[in-house]
Amino acid sequence: MKKPKVGIFDFACCEGCQLQIANMGEDVLSVLGSIDVLEWREVMSEKWGKKLDIAIIEGSITDPHAVKRIKQIRKKAKILIAIGSCATIGGVNGMKNNFGLDDIRKYVYGDSYRFFPTELTKAVHQVVKVDYFVHGCPMYIPEFVALIKAALQGIPYYPPDYPVCVECKLNENVCMYDRQVTCLGPVTRAGCNSWCINNGNICYGCRGMVSNPNEKGAQDVLAKYNIPMELILNKMNMYNKCRELT
Amino acid sequence: MKKNVNINVEYITRVEGHGNIVINVKDGKLETCRLDIVEAPRFFEGMLRGRSVFEAQHITSRICGICACGHTLASIQAAEDALGIIPTEQTTKLRKLLLDLEMLDSHILHIYVLVAPDLLGVKSFVPLIQTHGEVVRRALRMKKTCNDLCDILVGRHVHPISAIVGGFTKLPRLKDIDAMLNMLISIRHDMDETVELAATLKFPEFERDTEYVALVSDDAEYPLLMGDIGSTDGVRMHKKEYRKITNEFVVPHSSAKHTKLSRESYAVGALARFNLNAEKLHPKAKQIASAVGLKPKCINPFLNTVAQLVESVHCLEHATGILEDLKNNPLNYDEEIVVGLNEQRRIPVRAGNGVGAVEVPRGVLFHNYHTDENGAITNANCIIPTNQNTANIEHDMMKLVPEILDKSEEEITLAVEMLVRSYDPCISCSTHLMNVKFVK
Ligand code: SF4
Ligand code: SF4
Ligand code: SF4
Repeated sequence: MKKPKVGIFDFACCEGCQLQIANMGEDVLSVLGSIDVLEWREVMSEKWGKKLDIAIIEGSITDPHAVKRIKQIRKKAKILIAIGSCATIGGVNGMKNNFGLDDIRKYVYGDSYRFFPTELTKAVHQVVKVDYFVHGCPMYIPEFVALIKAALQGIPYYPPDYPVCVECKLNENVCMYDRQVTCLGPVTRAGCNSWCINNGNICYGCRGMVSNPNEKGAQDVLAKYNIPMELILNKMNMYNKCRELT
Repeated sequence: MKKNVNINVEYITRVEGHGNIVINVKDGKLETCRLDIVEAPRFFEGMLRGRSVFEAQHITSRICGICACGHTLASIQAAEDALGIIPTEQTTKLRKLLLDLEMLDSHILHIYVLVAPDLLGVKSFVPLIQTHGEVVRRALRMKKTCNDLCDILVGRHVHPISAIVGGFTKLPRLKDIDAMLNMLISIRHDMDETVELAATLKFPEFERDTEYVALVSDDAEYPLLMGDIGSTDGVRMHKKEYRKITNEFVVPHSSAKHTKLSRESYAVGALARFNLNAEKLHPKAKQIASAVGLKPKCINPFLNTVAQLVESVHCLEHATGILEDLKNNPLNYDEEIVVGLNEQRRIPVRAGNGVGAVEVPRGVLFHNYHTDENGAITNANCIIPTNQNTANIEHDMMKLVPEILDKSEEEITLAVEMLVRSYDPCISCSTHLMNVKFVK
């Protein structure tokens, strides 16, 4: 069988999701053994620029140049995979959309702000069609591996659509609400194995919202501790501001 | 014959982020020599306005995946300075350990993945899998070990979970400390082999005297987490005065601002730290430095990679020392905190202005936050190492290119690319934007 041709491309992001791949250690060699990586700027000087079987996209679309580039990549790729919250939901870059674009440019660059064009932050699927989503900031490697396997076989992958609380309960954590701290677990899509709560912090909502955030579980938690939905939605803006664009 | 050279290397590959090198030689005379930063700005400082200072670590960690722990530590330091929190001795110890691990992780990545291909004469790390399988496996093994160590200490390396303002939400148990210690010991041998490999690499001979800037201190510890700001030209200032050090100015060709201090440019990073603090390195690191002939003040920028090697040895030993100490002096688990976004005001909040100055792999990093009486950020400023180095890189190129003009265009291109890469420029960081001035 011919190895699939793969390219890895980054847009506005911290490149932490690519690093997650490097952090797989020697296991990355078995992944690299089953595919043919032809373009990956962070570690390769080689440039490919032709047809690809799989394009892996990291980062958000934030300026006119990026819109053009992602459209070109989409055209030459059979399958397009978005990795990390920046790409799948806009992620932290979306907080920019809380401000006027000129306002934020002037704040950061002063009088020379005109040199630095920017647009509203968008997730990749808000610009081109995306075939697979690996959520998370950063993405969770076991999910990435499972998804790549599915993509290579051409079968769909569905991320969980229940809240982080489900995983959190299985992990037997003491609920943050019982510790008098607000947590976004009840409205956030699971799949990270309640990573942050396992480590004593709260869920910040990095994997995006479950498709029906008003579902019963979430409501029960919020009602029990008398927390208005509005407060939670405000906190959701750290990662989920871009959902307003769709 | 007078030579014309026109080089425009778009997207210098193998550096984190996007940069262009532009060189223009006309009739044997250097006309242009630039490093353009073209990455899409992400406006972090702008986005922080109005957010709780308790969210700042979480957000600014996302400036850079490679220095996630460094941004975390600088951010926490700035926030705690603004709030008037003095971290406990235990917290400081664990933060130093985290910084050692990040330094080691990043230096290893840089030496193997980003620089070794140049020196071994291949295009990238990928063909090395065939030709230098052992080297590749070693690199990945070391990288993964550093990453796994951070997973234990702070939940994950990209992006740390348990290191927050006020301390740690989860402290490593005794078995975790044992595991970390064993992991560090397990890569000792790989470290020795890395030193051997590095000793065989040939670095270009090139020198340019410049000013080096790094944290300095009066105690005997190699300063990474805390200290004043010092320079090889004799400057010494408190971290609160960081703006007098960086003197940022905007240049039209770059979305990252440039900086200067006593001269037209200055350099930060492993070589700068080595030049200012070499005598405080761990004895084993000192020994390696003298074995490879690195001594202060070294003014060959290509040798920044060698300084990174020396620091890797130092950090490995220093981290091992901390863990051994933690075995004998167990942690106080009552210090574990539950904070969230501090809606319950468990940590007292006040209006303030705080600065964090931390040595991260690429050099000294500054975070500065102003907060209101509710702990909301009113102004934020981050000055990233790569920005501080850009002007210095350009001055290096201006001296280097005329010296090698008799070479082919390919060779010149490779030489300047190598020069830029030796600074380990995290360009993705440097476009996360500098604030011109605080509107007060
Ligand atoms: S999703 Fe998070 S970790 Fe991944 S690239 Fe974006 S900011 Fe970095
Ligand atoms: S609210 Fe948070 S802490 Fe509580 S169960 Fe859900 S995810 Fe876990
Ligand atoms: S717990 Fe929440 S914030 Fe943490 S990784 Fe999971 S979804 Fe993201």
